[in-house]
Amino acid sequence: MAMHTRSGLTRRSFLAAGLATAGTVALAGCTSPLAAGLLGVPLNPQLLIFWNLFGGGDGSRMQTMEATYAKAHGPGSLQATVFAWGNPYYSKLTLATVGNKPPDVAISHLTRAKPLYDGDILEPITEADLASVGLSASDFNPKSWAAQRTAGNNIAIPLDTHPLVMFFNQDVCKKAGLIGSDGKLKPLHGMDAFESALAAVSKVTGGTAITSANVSETATPWRVFTTLYHQINGVTPFISDNGSKLTVDEDAFNTVVSRMQSWVKKGWLNNGLDYAGAQTQMFTGKAGFYLEGEWEITTAQSIKGLKFGMVPVPTLYDKPAAQADSHTFVLPRKDRTPEQRKQAMGFIKAMLDQSLTWAKGGHIPAYLPTLNSSAYKALEPQADYAGAAKYAVYDAPAWYGGSGSTFENTVGAQLALAQQRAITPQGALKAIKDQLQVYLNTPSPL
Amino acid sequence: MTAIPAVDRSVATVPKRSFTGGLSPVNRHDSRGAWLFLAPFGIFYLAFLLGPTIWMLITSFFNTSTVRPGLGSFAGFANYAEMLGRADFWSALWHTIQFTLYTTPPLVILAFIFAVLTNRLGRGQWYFRLAFFLPFILPSATISLIWVFIFTPATGLWASVQSALGITPGAGVLADPNTAMIGIAIATVWWTLGFNFVLYLAGLQEIPRELYEAAAVDGASNWAQIRYITIPMLGRTTTLVILLQIIASLKIFDQVYLMTNGGPGISTQVLLMLVTNTGFTDNRIGAASAASFLLFILIVVIAIIRQLFDRSAARREA
Repeated sequence: MAMHTRSGLTRRSFLAAGLATAGTVALAGCTSPLAAGLLGVPLNPQLLIFWNLFGGGDGSRMQTMEATYAKAHGPGSLQATVFAWGNPYYSKLTLATVGNKPPDVAISHLTRAKPLYDGDILEPITEADLASVGLSASDFNPKSWAAQRTAGNNIAIPLDTHPLVMFFNQDVCKKAGLIGSDGKLKPLHGMDAFESALAAVSKVTGGTAITSANVSETATPWRVFTTLYHQINGVTPFISDNGSKLTVDEDAFNTVVSRMQSWVKKGWLNNGLDYAGAQTQMFTGKAGFYLEGEWEITTAQSIKGLKFGMVPVPTLYDKPAAQADSHTFVLPRKDRTPEQRKQAMGFIKAMLDQSLTWAKGGHIPAYLPTLNSSAYKALEPQADYAGAAKYAVYDAPAWYGGSGSTFENTVGAQLALAQQRAITPQGALKAIKDQLQVYLNTPSPL
Repeated sequence: MTAIPAVDRSVATVPKRSFTGGLSPVNRHDSRGAWLFLAPFGIFYLAFLLGPTIWMLITSFFNTSTVRPGLGSFAGFANYAEMLGRADFWSALWHTIQFTLYTTPPLVILAFIFAVLTNRLGRGQWYFRLAFFLPFILPSATISLIWVFIFTPATGLWASVQSALGITPGAGVLADPNTAMIGIAIATVWWTLGFNFVLYLAGLQEIPRELYEAAAVDGASNWAQIRYITIPMLGRTTTLVILLQIIASLKIFDQVYLMTNGGPGISTQVLLMLVTNTGFTDNRIGAASAASFLLFILIVVIAIIRQLFDRSAARREA
């Protein structure tokens, strides 16, 4: 027994001593990952952590821009992490901030920044912050700048505007007689002009004239519907009061959805195509037009031998409108020293300065010095649709709304079914009302 | 967590000590030390299992938000009423049950067959034990990557086999709402079969050889030996395996999240995904707690049924 006790004691004291030594070593070097984790100090104060959601062409352009920043500020100055976009990204951003481990700067869609701000996830950006890196409100596209203003505060710095646009196949449209002498698409404003263009294209392709993804895809049907809906004078937002009231103008809803169904019936608009399929139809000349966000320019450019152009969605009803969102920079809530704040703003400014690189991916720069530059105006076909940013329509703010949100998924799914003519416009609206009921009735948890 | 069944105490064949009245002097003497040794685990159990469970029950009656401190306003049974009235709750519940129905029979029957076959081998048994158990030690992310590759449309392994056989591959198993859950079930069976296999193998090796020898002397065929000796002697193992499997399947999350993320549409959305989405996307911890608690009740009910089953089986044996 005695021996046991003694050996137990020595072992214990040995372990204790070992632990103590290890602890001292770990805590002494404050830059060790363990200590940083335990004490919550930054691993490397010089390091700026940036989260974004860009894949594909956007992803590689963002990496180019990040590399420029990292080159200017030395190795170890930037750690950029890419997450899958949509709800999972915003969930991660929210939980990281609630858990007190947010990135220094993050990308957010403008329409998603509002619920984040309501949930106390974002810090407002002051005039002094902007001024510290030589920025001011007048440097930005007034439409997107006004859209990010929330309760009198700036909550996000817009990088771009990305509206829904109309892609067209040059060869098909030429055969249909829609290309003017300047080599550009003739204006197709007004329902009659547009429908006769669809009929002409349909004659050339022997079938489909225009494509828009609606299988395994909910965002595109929503974008197309919203664009046309807001072209009608005096319509109300789909939802209002932060998502507690369904205020869609039912007549306008029926007008737009039944018009689209009539195109499907005539064989002009596809009945059912997935995202890639809808592109392929236009790329291969089986359709003349294709409706999608301007970011698909990268895909279109990668198709060998494809001659295409891009224009704003024609004004079919009373006034121009284009569903859009903006990628913005946000500052998640965390304790920052004035230097860290300045560093974060400096990073944002460095990214804005490279807006032209970003614009090559189709996005319309929000930063006016780039938007108004001759270099941007010379970019084709970007310059042809840049005007759409002026009448961009952002999704109405709601705690479950915004790009890639539950709201878009729910409404878009029904619109997709309506395009397949599986349900009537009234049936779609009823299903939307039923499915949104839980969200409309639930007070915002933010 | 996943479809990995937790190891259960009753798996061991150690005879149960009967607790009649107070503790014996030996026990009383040891109890302090025992508590001390249990403390580290006990604290973890309290902090990460019991505590959150109680917190979950409390928040399920409030409009608790993920991003706000405190409980929020009192909701009464509104969260429960909402969940029970939501079509996607019931569809998620159905998908969970669907997954359980797809995985439990093959995981029990195949594990049994493979264990019987392996047990008959004289040499090289170790190889089969290893081969069947190896997938089980892989993390769910690895399993999902492997099977997503296999089911990739056009270029995946399955599609390549199909085209080699002259069949035009379709959009892929995971892309079709009717087959996506089957794809996930196949991946899960391949992954977790090894665990049940080992349980059965252990059970098989405990059956006395004399029984088979006696049966052989009486002229019983191989099939008759399996039918009248092996299956009845493995009865307890089978009960255990089935019930562990059901409980584990009800907690399905990883594979679905990684392989289809609930899609296409919500055709493979399971209950735990609904809970995650409500809690962390909609930021409604209160409502998510209510959904979790409903799942908790379901699992407890099944555990109780298992207990009753066990008890009646034990009574029959006695």
